[in-house]
Amino acid sequence: MISLIGRGLVLLALAAAVSGCVVGSISGIRKRDRGGDWTRNLTFAFGSFMVMATLLMEYALITHDFSVGYVAQVGSLSTPLHITIVSLWSALEGSILFWGFVLGIYAMVFAWTTRGRHPQHTAYSLAVLLGVAVFFCFLVASVADPFAAVEVVPPDGPGPNPLLQNHVLMIIHPPALYLGFVGMSVPFAMACSALLAGRLDAAWMQMLRRWTLLVWSFLTLGILLGGWWSYEVLGWGGYWAWDPVENASFMPWLAATAFLHSAMVTARKGLFSGWSLVLVIASFLLTLLGTFMTRSGVFNSVHSFTQSPIGPVFLVFIAIVLVFSVILLSARLDTLAAKDASIGSAVSREGSFLLNNLLFVCFTFTVLLGTLYPLIVEAISENRISVGQPYFDAMSAPICLALLFLMGVGPVLPWGRSEPGQVRQLFVRPAVFSVVVGALSFALGVRSPWVIGTFSMATFAAWASVRELSTPVLLRMRKQGEALPKALLESAIRTRRRFGGHIVHLGVVAMAVSVASATHWREDVDLTLTQDEPVEVFGYTLTYLGAENQDQPHRVSQVGRFSAAAGGRDLGVLEPRFNRYKKRGDEVPSPAVYSGPKEDLYLSLLRVDDDGTASLRVVVQPMVAWLWVGGLMMVFGSFIASFPERILRRRSSVEAQGDVA
Amino acid sequence: MTEQQSRRLALVIVVVVCLGALGGLFFFAKGNLVYYWTPTEMEEALAQSTDDYNGAVIRLGAVVKAETLEWDKESQEINFVATDGTTDVPVLATGAPPAMFREGIGVVVEGRLGQSGVFLSDRLMVKHSNEYRVPDEEAGDPMSVYKTVEDL
Repeated sequence: MISLIGRGLVLLALAAAVSGCVVGSISGIRKRDRGGDWTRNLTFAFGSFMVMATLLMEYALITHDFSVGYVAQVGSLSTPLHITIVSLWSALEGSILFWGFVLGIYAMVFAWTTRGRHPQHTAYSLAVLLGVAVFFCFLVASVADPFAAVEVVPPDGPGPNPLLQNHVLMIIHPPALYLGFVGMSVPFAMACSALLAGRLDAAWMQMLRRWTLLVWSFLTLGILLGGWWSYEVLGWGGYWAWDPVENASFMPWLAATAFLHSAMVTARKGLFSGWSLVLVIASFLLTLLGTFMTRSGVFNSVHSFTQSPIGPVFLVFIAIVLVFSVILLSARLDTLAAKDASIGSAVSREGSFLLNNLLFVCFTFTVLLGTLYPLIVEAISENRISVGQPYFDAMSAPICLALLFLMGVGPVLPWGRSEPGQVRQLFVRPAVFSVVVGALSFALGVRSPWVIGTFSMATFAAWASVRELSTPVLLRMRKQGEALPKALLESAIRTRRRFGGHIVHLGVVAMAVSVASATHWREDVDLTLTQDEPVEVFGYTLTYLGAENQDQPHRVSQVGRFSAAAGGRDLGVLEPRFNRYKKRGDEVPSPAVYSGPKEDLYLSLLRVDDDGTASLRVVVQPMVAWLWVGGLMMVFGSFIASFPERILRRRSSVEAQGDVA
Repeated sequence: MTEQQSRRLALVIVVVVCLGALGGLFFFAKGNLVYYWTPTEMEEALAQSTDDYNGAVIRLGAVVKAETLEWDKESQEINFVATDGTTDVPVLATGAPPAMFREGIGVVVEGRLGQSGVFLSDRLMVKHSNEYRVPDEEAGDPMSVYKTVEDL
């Protein structure tokens, strides 16, 4: 019964999306307002059907209706309720449905916020957005059908993937990433509509920036949580391995970051407008490529990806979007070019942004090349290879250093042209200071040029951001006698894009320093400890206290208990464990981490033996915690910057009235 | 610079740097590519040309052969034979074998082939599944091991 209703809802959503796409296109071409209203209504219809289908699936999951294919695949009576709810995104079919759900929400929010404004642009955008929706509805209705009916209804299911059950980060990482991935279709639709209409108004550009920034925040959060999750779960103490799955989310992030910078030049000087749209479209294409890479199984083998029908279907869709975008760009790009605008000088803000964009594009290309190279080799020579981390590290380190340097230069330089004396005055102090930091780290024994370079450039970049953040605040305090919190809040609200941007930059600085330190000073060893015999390792004293089994309905955990102390200070008991999931029989390690501002002690249990010994991997890495702090600062800063203006304007107008009264 | 000029300049720089990345890939490629082989494939490839793969990182997909796993707790040395049913490769690793690491289980062993023909492993990855199978006969395609390990 649920299967039938679910399929019906998906088909209704598909019908709404198809008709909305057609009506939207026609209304865009004819510039007719009534068609726009219809498009909007059809968007709401599509979104509502998608939301209903997803809620229905949730209902089936919660009530353990094993007659529904997806529930039989991932459901289990012994799984705790909160895991059952989130098992919607634990396998392919459910996650595609969830994708449609997120797209539905985005489409409805977009249709709601654009009502009564920019009729032609909106009609085109909704048409493109619904065009993307048609594809996903088609997937849900055909090759990835979660509502497929089960002929012989099983009494119980195997439960979701153990990795999902094992850690809370795996519960929130996928939705964040999906909000970023799916959300990229909104900027894409907006860019296409600008090209279709043949003009890019300042207001539309501003909306495009805000949407991209919002989506970028989610993408950043998703990537961050993914790294955090692999640190907390995978047991090797790493957070990033340049794995194809990770690269899949990193590439659109890089392209979108390039756009966020080029868009500033477009908004200010009218330059790079076509280029900015190219970046938006590239970001969207890279999200599609990423989804294809992670979902089709192409990285298990080039030759096996056709086993799942979703791979080829996805490839066809990517090809369609690519051809559509190229035709659109080649037909309309010239109409957008600013005729008289020009870059004043290389030493200017727009000059540094141009350089920034080149670096980001090169970065994207480098990652793309390293990710796809194995596929090409396998297709040609049957040799299965992967490109190792050293390639990515060697290629990305110089790019990252150059980007750090630009972070200290770009936001400080004036628009247009700058006088040599002005440049000297701006950069002498931070340059001297960063050289001092570099020399100091050399004096303290750091010999790696990359680490010294990172510390030095990070100082340079941090200087610029701290100055840009503090100057307006200090000015308010001095000129208007405001207290620190009020001055901070006021300048955050009034120049929130700049304010948020610099918080993001400071987050990047923290992450750069953290990655350099953690990589450079990482120590790890495998140890076998005998019960109650303390062992000294990397300045810590570890004592194996014993092991125990903890039984829960859905899993058994084997817990090793270790007391840790450092320099006579007791750090408490750490409990790395294995979780064995009863239904699937999989064993998943769960390391224990003692995290501090200076360094992390990371224990990963390898084995427990009957003779009173336990083996574990001990990893000590400095400053890892700052990676998460820096990442959260990036997310926080971008949320500040993308905060809707209207709410703030309302607030400040209320305040202004209050002042008058 | 007009927009057109700057766009042309940007295009040139992008092309140059992309070629640089391509060059970098080949420059760094030698020591950087990781080969995914079964023991038989490794033997075949090395028989063809030892020089090309000298010191290359290899991910060996295989099964831990029955009655070959030895672990010396004092020296933290692990010795075992990795097999795909046809070819046997002796493996030496340091550390402690993970609990799941048992005889007859599918593993991915990452490391390099030493001079003496012993495979020196830096990293042992276990296929995270408890479906015990009779080794050799039913282990099936050792390549399938990659799938489950890579999923992590």
